[in-house]
Amino acid sequence: MAAGQAYSEEKGGSSSLGEPEYGHDPASGGIFSSDYKRHDDLKEMLDSNKDSLKLEAMKRIVAMIARGKNASDLFPAVVKNVACKNIEVKKLVYVYLVRYAEEQQDLALLSISTFQRGLKDPNQLIRASALRVLSSIRVPIIVPIMMLAIKEAASDMSPYVRKTAAHAIPKLYSLDSDQKDQLIEVIEKLLADKTTLVAGSVVMAFEEVCPERIDLIHKNYRKLCNLLIDVEEWGQVVIINMLTRYARTQFLSPNQNESLLEDSAEKAFYGSDEEDTKDAKAEATSLVKRKPYVMDPDHRLLLRNTKPLLQSRNAAVVMAVAQLYFHLAPKAEVGVIAKALVRLLRSHSEVQYVVLQNVATMSIKRRGMFEPYLKSFYIRSTDPTQIKILKLEVLTNLANETNISTILREFQTYIRSMDKDFVAATIQAIGRCATNIGKVRDTCLNGLVQLLSNRDELVVAESVVVIKKLLQMQPAQHSEIIKHMAKLTDNIQVPMARASILWLIGEYCEHVPKIAPDVLRKMAKSFTNEEDIVKLQVINLAAKLYLTNSKQSKLLTQYVLNLAKYDQNYDIRDRARFIRQLIVPTEKSGALNKYAKKLFLAQKPAPILESSFKDRDHFQLGSLSHLLNAKAVGYQELPDWPDEAPDPSVRNVEVPEWTKCTSREKRKEKVEKPFYSDSEGESGPTESADSEPESVSEESESSSSEGSSSSGSEEEEEGSGDQSEDKEEEEKRKKKKEKEAPRKASLESAGHMVLPMGLCSCSCPHVVVTMGLCLWGCSRVAVPLRCPHGTVACQGSANCFSSPPLCPAVTPPPPQPVPSSNIVSTSLVTDLEGLTLTDTSLAPALLSPAFGSVRTYELLHRMTGEGLSVEYCFSRRPFPHDPHMVAVQIQISNNTDAEVKSLRISEPKPLSGMRIQEFPEIESLAPGDTASVVMGIDFCDSTQAANFQLCTHTRHFYVSIQPPVGELMAPVFMSENEFKKEQGKLTGMSEITEKLTLLEKCRSDHAIVQQVTSAANVGRVPCGADNEYRFAAKTVTSGSLVLITLEKREGAAAQLTVNSEKMVIGTMLVKDIVQALVQ
Amino acid sequence: MGAAFGGPKHRLTVKSSEFLHMANYRCLFLINASGDIFLEKHWKSVVSRSVCDYFFEAQERASEAENVPPVIPTPHHYLLSVYRHKIFFVAVIQTEVPPLFVIEFLHRVVDTFQDYFGVCSEVMIKDNVVVVYEVLEEMLDNGFPLATESNILKELIKPPTILRTVVNTITGSTNVGDQLPTGQLSVVPWRRTGVKYTNNEAYFDVIEEIDAIIDKSGSTITAEIQGVIDACVKLTGMPDLTLSFMNPRLLDDVSFHPCVRFKRWESERILSFIPPDGNFRLLSYHVSAQNLVAIPVYVKHNISFRDGSSLGRFEITVGPKQTMGKTIEGVMVASQMPKGVLNMSLTPSQGTHIFDPVTKLLSWDVGKINPQKLPSLKGTMSLQAGASKPDENPTINLQFKIQQLAISGLKVNRLDMYGEKYKPFKGIKYMTKAGKFQVRT
Repeated sequence: MAAGQAYSEEKGGSSSLGEPEYGHDPASGGIFSSDYKRHDDLKEMLDSNKDSLKLEAMKRIVAMIARGKNASDLFPAVVKNVACKNIEVKKLVYVYLVRYAEEQQDLALLSISTFQRGLKDPNQLIRASALRVLSSIRVPIIVPIMMLAIKEAASDMSPYVRKTAAHAIPKLYSLDSDQKDQLIEVIEKLLADKTTLVAGSVVMAFEEVCPERIDLIHKNYRKLCNLLIDVEEWGQVVIINMLTRYARTQFLSPNQNESLLEDSAEKAFYGSDEEDTKDAKAEATSLVKRKPYVMDPDHRLLLRNTKPLLQSRNAAVVMAVAQLYFHLAPKAEVGVIAKALVRLLRSHSEVQYVVLQNVATMSIKRRGMFEPYLKSFYIRSTDPTQIKILKLEVLTNLANETNISTILREFQTYIRSMDKDFVAATIQAIGRCATNIGKVRDTCLNGLVQLLSNRDELVVAESVVVIKKLLQMQPAQHSEIIKHMAKLTDNIQVPMARASILWLIGEYCEHVPKIAPDVLRKMAKSFTNEEDIVKLQVINLAAKLYLTNSKQSKLLTQYVLNLAKYDQNYDIRDRARFIRQLIVPTEKSGALNKYAKKLFLAQKPAPILESSFKDRDHFQLGSLSHLLNAKAVGYQELPDWPDEAPDPSVRNVEVPEWTKCTSREKRKEKVEKPFYSDSEGESGPTESADSEPESVSEESESSSSEGSSSSGSEEEEEGSGDQSEDKEEEEKRKKKKEKEAPRKASLESAGHMVLPMGLCSCSCPHVVVTMGLCLWGCSRVAVPLRCPHGTVACQGSANCFSSPPLCPAVTPPPPQPVPSSNIVSTSLVTDLEGLTLTDTSLAPALLSPAFGSVRTYELLHRMTGEGLSVEYCFSRRPFPHDPHMVAVQIQISNNTDAEVKSLRISEPKPLSGMRIQEFPEIESLAPGDTASVVMGIDFCDSTQAANFQLCTHTRHFYVSIQPPVGELMAPVFMSENEFKKEQGKLTGMSEITEKLTLLEKCRSDHAIVQQVTSAANVGRVPCGADNEYRFAAKTVTSGSLVLITLEKREGAAAQLTVNSEKMVIGTMLVKDIVQALVQ
Repeated sequence: MGAAFGGPKHRLTVKSSEFLHMANYRCLFLINASGDIFLEKHWKSVVSRSVCDYFFEAQERASEAENVPPVIPTPHHYLLSVYRHKIFFVAVIQTEVPPLFVIEFLHRVVDTFQDYFGVCSEVMIKDNVVVVYEVLEEMLDNGFPLATESNILKELIKPPTILRTVVNTITGSTNVGDQLPTGQLSVVPWRRTGVKYTNNEAYFDVIEEIDAIIDKSGSTITAEIQGVIDACVKLTGMPDLTLSFMNPRLLDDVSFHPCVRFKRWESERILSFIPPDGNFRLLSYHVSAQNLVAIPVYVKHNISFRDGSSLGRFEITVGPKQTMGKTIEGVMVASQMPKGVLNMSLTPSQGTHIFDPVTKLLSWDVGKINPQKLPSLKGTMSLQAGASKPDENPTINLQFKIQQLAISGLKVNRLDMYGEKYKPFKGIKYMTKAGKFQVRT
């Protein structure tokens, strides 16, 4: 720092000419303006009463800091303004404080009380900002205060404050690592947080403070997986990286079965690391005995939930997912990441640089993955050299027998490039292709030999080096090439190339017996002027010739050795002495002399040209360490897969009290199952259904066989066999208890009908049925209660109690239409048709509409309609012809004294996306008569009005129908568990919460349910808690779920939560329901 | 603040804050092309700017700015940098972190500056150093990214405009938003609350770029289409938009702005989103490789050097091909000539051309292509006397634009708005451009 300061001081001094200085008072003049003076001026401004002066001063100070100038002597003046009312001044003071507090600890303490006050502010943003600054002040004495503040903030109501608390944890840790244990407690608490806002930040704190405490993750694993998509992008990266490490410790390798079958090439890869080889072998032998591999469903969950993030616009997120797949996914699935990585190559060159490094590593192990994208790695003359070289690396890795000709053709273009570094790399690449693919070796060699006549020396030199390596593989056939190269010694000056040629001639001097001594002669002449590596090779050549052809070269060798003896470089002197002793027989030189020829002319193995990226994948891909190919500070080793999977039940989340006892033993069994039997299917849940209700955010994977259909195809085949049997037993037990209860339960929703499709076959629309309140996830049981028509109950549901395969298996008896009020008659038949369709996909079934009081609206007033009056209501039944339309019941009364003919709709002018299904033309309507028809409108899930014309034989009336938001949906059947699960998916921005105070008359259960169902066309969802009401529906057009929760608090207070993907609908619905409950 | 930063000899060092374990940004330095640190910002304790010496070393070693390695290890820190607008943004990192995490963030910082100041240049940054500092402060907390959405940032810290600067000077008001940053708490974090416009409009630009390498004989070696949909949405309230395509199958690989509902796309191939306010990139896509790419231009070239002769021939003609009846505009030809070329004497049939004898860069601004009279550039090159002929013929880089055409054939079907009652004005524009379009000769 001191040096830096000095530097900047000096800079400041030299630059003052012709430009104003910060904090420089123009009036004071250049000569007298010492630092001291200038700051005096600023101090004055800071002490003034005017905010504008303070602001100006602070701006100058910040500018000084930005330039790296020292402004620490202003600390007392600045810190006084920490409580300034002006927000910008305050913010700049914070900037200053965070920068200098460490240097002026005593004075910094003056500001602490301001922040402590801020921590108690009713406004969450002020609390958060106070904590942020407080924790950024690096003053050890306030550690206890920080600790306290963090702990308090960790249980703050506001998720934003909790997020800030998570950010503060690593700050405190870096200030005082003794606080670790206490901080871990806070981390543990925050890890359990269910909001997306907190998730990324707390995992970041976890990684910083206690990455080794993998046990803290178990209980939160599934939640993190499920929240992932809604977490902000930077948090996603952190979480994905952490989960990669976690998965490596908790699951088994998905590729262990294949490792047996792996071809030799792949073997070689494994063999690279010695330890790995042993492991692989041990694994291989043990594998024979091992049962077939079944992927842990939690492992699958992670893979499935990260996959969509490959579509992220953030390159870091894409890379994180790519490395996760590379390290964790079964071989067959890794391919999906290639496309996304190739996409990143379109990004900035720095991004390309990092991505290409990773692609280079991946392409060695999984070549097939990138083969389809070969052309994306073609090089453009405008690419920066470092990118070109990386692309070349990838192209070389991808080369195989089928594509090598294309690649070589590309390489030919590259060789002519003006960028010589790149040309050299291309020549190396050609060499590698030639070694790896025997078929093209000769072609490559010929090509390289042609390059020997290139004008550019660097190109020639590089070719020589590569040719040397290639020749070692089959020297006998290539004496021509060696001769050619021998001639080059006259021209080539690049030392490495000269050395290579000399080595070649020496090594294969028997193939070129005439030329070799001549080369030595020339080299002896120029020996003193050669570079060291060349000299060493001259000595080598001399020695080898002496041994094979001593007659011609004896004197030359002596000469060279003598020159070397007096060389400046001690390596060369040593080498000369050593070789002389070895080859020249004297009395003293002992036994070794006899073996000299064997020593020098032994068969040498050909070098293996391999990628510098080989084996880099023992570093976690995408990491800094991988990029540098060296362990960076703080790098967390990616652990090897365990041989035996640790107990997967640790990830199960707390079981609620009331099921705990009943399912204990069964659960144990189930947990073990996947490891012994493969009949369970890949993703058979290891967790039994009973653990669900508690974990709101647990989604697809943890769901029982009832799992929502949206949760991915792999799951759908998942057996219901064992599991549903277990459940049935449970259920029977449950039901016995419940038999006593239904009456009471029914009262809660009296007057409302919740009719599960495919189960109750009662044809009478007025039957009131409530859910059998089975708290099981699969309760599709209906309890018939009363029917105003006197016909009691339906058979189907009556049987429910006794027939064992309760859930989806119940087939409803055929429907029998019963005449009913004429409002419903038109659509009744279709309704019933709908009812008989058993819901095979196990998706939450659409319910027939709740039967609330129907409100009618006026479409055409008698006066404007000249005697024709038209009213409409939302009948809340599915529209027969199109399930995506809202059915509108229209009642037309003819109050004139003439017949109205050909009543119809014409010229519907729907807004974009809206569709209108007209009602059939009414031929004629007698005076005083009333007709009722149904039309369908697809409102596209919006509350915009549908406009159309109502025509008679004489007149046209412009009318419009505007739906209340509550009519844009249809009730849906759900169990409590399904509800919670779906709700868990719709958190974050899809959740809208509103507090309200219930009116006196709206406090009874009955009234609440009635108000809600009349405000919106929703179905009630059973609920375990007394003070909670849940409703569910799907929007008619898009089928998006709308989930409503009303929680009654003490007194008249209540909280309404609406979860829906359609935020707009959600917002409006909240408004409507609140209005219904408050008025 | 008024006063400008130091002269050309100043170093811009923006030290970014310490990222946490994931991104321990210790500091951020901004360095201009001549190697001066002109801004620095530190997050945890201060790191001496001498750490940048390692960077300068690397900069010297690399012949060109773009060849400076993005990651440079030093004994105690790691320097990660991006180079944009002739400025190096150097982040100093202390521990392991995914490099892309930092690089992507730095690019986001540059984008934000550009968004705030119109251009991101050394002068602009120096002139607005306080705003820069305030923005950085909000973007990083202790080295971990906090608010990177430009919409939220603008709510927190208003971008400077001339008018506001004047008003601020007179009234003493500030750039810092006096409202609290509710955006960060919002369920739609990318959208400001309480947006109001008198004219409600939503414009979408479908822009496709053709990346291609054409070989000597005119056949295509590789060609692909990358597209983006950029939007400018100025709508009141909380509109919920859906955009559907006539032929969504064309899109092979897509990446979305976070506002797009991924599930809806998966199931229905419809883009459904609550848009950010103002300009943003809704989607970028890649057109599947199965579809053959129509190449809208061809280049006829005859560039020849002869050994021994000090004159070379140079002739280029550009013509349209598969343009679907649209005009090709904004054609630019650029070519890096070999070192041996001393000068060129050329005559264009239209447009203007420049040859820079120092950098050996030839550029020809062609303009529109008239199919009846194809533009050509002909003449001679004078070569260094006695020098042998260059190994390589120069590559020709082409730029062009075609309005009202998406070369892949992608078509937007309709745009619907829900959630708000007014009728917005909607517009869709198509354009095709050359991306990295090279012709080898």
